Amino acid sequence: MKPQPNTADTRGAVGFAPGVYWIGAMDPTLRTFDIILKTANGTSYNAYLVRGSDGVAIVDTVKENFSGEFFRRLESVADYSEIRAIVLNHLEPDHSGALPELMRRAPRAQLYISQRATSMLKGLLKPQDRTFSYQTVTTGDTVSLGDRTMRFLHTPFLHWPDTQCTYLVEDQILFSGDVFGCHFCDSRLFNDKAGDFRFSFDYYYAHIMRPFKQHVLNALELIEPLPLRIIAPTHGPILRDRPQRYVAHYRELSTSSLAGEIGAHEKSLIIFYMSSYGNTARMAEAIHAGAEGIEGVRVSLFDLEGGEVEPFVDLIEEADALLFGSPTINGDAVKPVWDLLSSLAVVNLKGKLGAAFGSYGWTGEAVRMIEDRMRGLKMRVPVSGIRIKLIPSEEELRACHEFGCDIASILTGRRDHRAVLDLADLV
Amino acid sequence: MPKARITFADIEQTVSVPVGTRVIEVSERVGSGIIYGCRECDCGTCIMHVEEGWNNLSEPSVLEEKVLRDNMASRHDRLACQAQIIGDVKVKPA
Repeated sequence: MKPQPNTADTRGAVGFAPGVYWIGAMDPTLRTFDIILKTANGTSYNAYLVRGSDGVAIVDTVKENFSGEFFRRLESVADYSEIRAIVLNHLEPDHSGALPELMRRAPRAQLYISQRATSMLKGLLKPQDRTFSYQTVTTGDTVSLGDRTMRFLHTPFLHWPDTQCTYLVEDQILFSGDVFGCHFCDSRLFNDKAGDFRFSFDYYYAHIMRPFKQHVLNALELIEPLPLRIIAPTHGPILRDRPQRYVAHYRELSTSSLAGEIGAHEKSLIIFYMSSYGNTARMAEAIHAGAEGIEGVRVSLFDLEGGEVEPFVDLIEEADALLFGSPTINGDAVKPVWDLLSSLAVVNLKGKLGAAFGSYGWTGEAVRMIEDRMRGLKMRVPVSGIRIKLIPSEEELRACHEFGCDIASILTGRRDHRAVLDLADLV
Repeated sequence: MPKARITFADIEQTVSVPVGTRVIEVSERVGSGIIYGCRECDCGTCIMHVEEGWNNLSEPSVLEEKVLRDNMASRHDRLACQAQIIGDVKVKPA
């Protein structure tokens, strides 16, 4: 018996529901995506075509240099004059690359994007391109293709501000954009045929969606009530076999595990430090003791010398307050501190409380540099860090203890209300 | 120099500032939870909600209004990196 060709090895569109086609492209040789992501077997750029009784819609396009493959598949099932609607769920160039040419070929089509996509559309197309007319859509808005209805879900920050999902109501197909996607190139195309992509799915979530967990949970509130037959993401296998389990998995991945370990009203405060002669370590211990005395705070103390970055990143993600202690060596904080502070792009730090401390020999820049870094990470740094020249005295250790109390009190909202301050008196 | 008072509701702290001071110049120094991104009226990270004294902030520029609109800001929201304090006002992170 002649073996069947793999689904996407054909040159045409691949139908997977009546009038619904995959018209994307395979990129099996890609090894690094967007600088930050590795992929051991490439990726796919999934785009879709929906045929209704009153016209055709295109949902997402492909990276520009894969346009030929995209247009060839599109032309195998539709004429450009039939295209009434183009939906971009996400404007990143790997999905909008073929858009200008598609708009040129399908002048009757109306472009539908989210409100937040408008400035990105201008930024991507730049003034030398002609301007496109577009219509912005949000949750509840619909576009009719006659016997088929596309309904939009406003799901921002998954993983850009512009992202949205499109639900094909009659067929219960969710075109989810990058949500539920992964960099996994398999021409068998569907989750019940493709290879084992579990690692790729989780890895993609960890690097792309993880910084936006709260937004994932908000989106799931919209997605979970939908009857789902198929999830059609923009990368990786189309999820037609039990798609709901991927939705459940996203909820699991986005739900805090710390909440089960500490009390509902407790806050987690973590102190990380490095110490060369034990001075910054003594400061850390005094701060730890001070913070511990405040009710409602669960305090953890870690010497960075004894740990790996990745588990610490996991702890940081769920902590409410982060303190970093570093000596100053040659005018800088020490490398393990920077290694940790430069590994936090995958977690959301916005609004977490931060503080710094450290012993120094003669200049003591480290504390201010760490504070600047924390502010750059969108943390709030309400108390100026504590710096001690060389060996801390008993009085200085008491100040560290007080510093720990102060941070923990701010964290729990217990700090005494202060009188009106004058701006000139603030550091 | 005339002075005005800004209160950060999230930390219940009031600061006396010279009229014309931008909120960004105060909020970080006092430890309010208003968070900044680009700091130049582009990203919308620093959207704050004005609880009292809406008219005691400088008028938003066309650009600020556009950023607020693009980020679907609520009524009485402003960008902390842009708004100047011209009278007593009470704000909090949006």
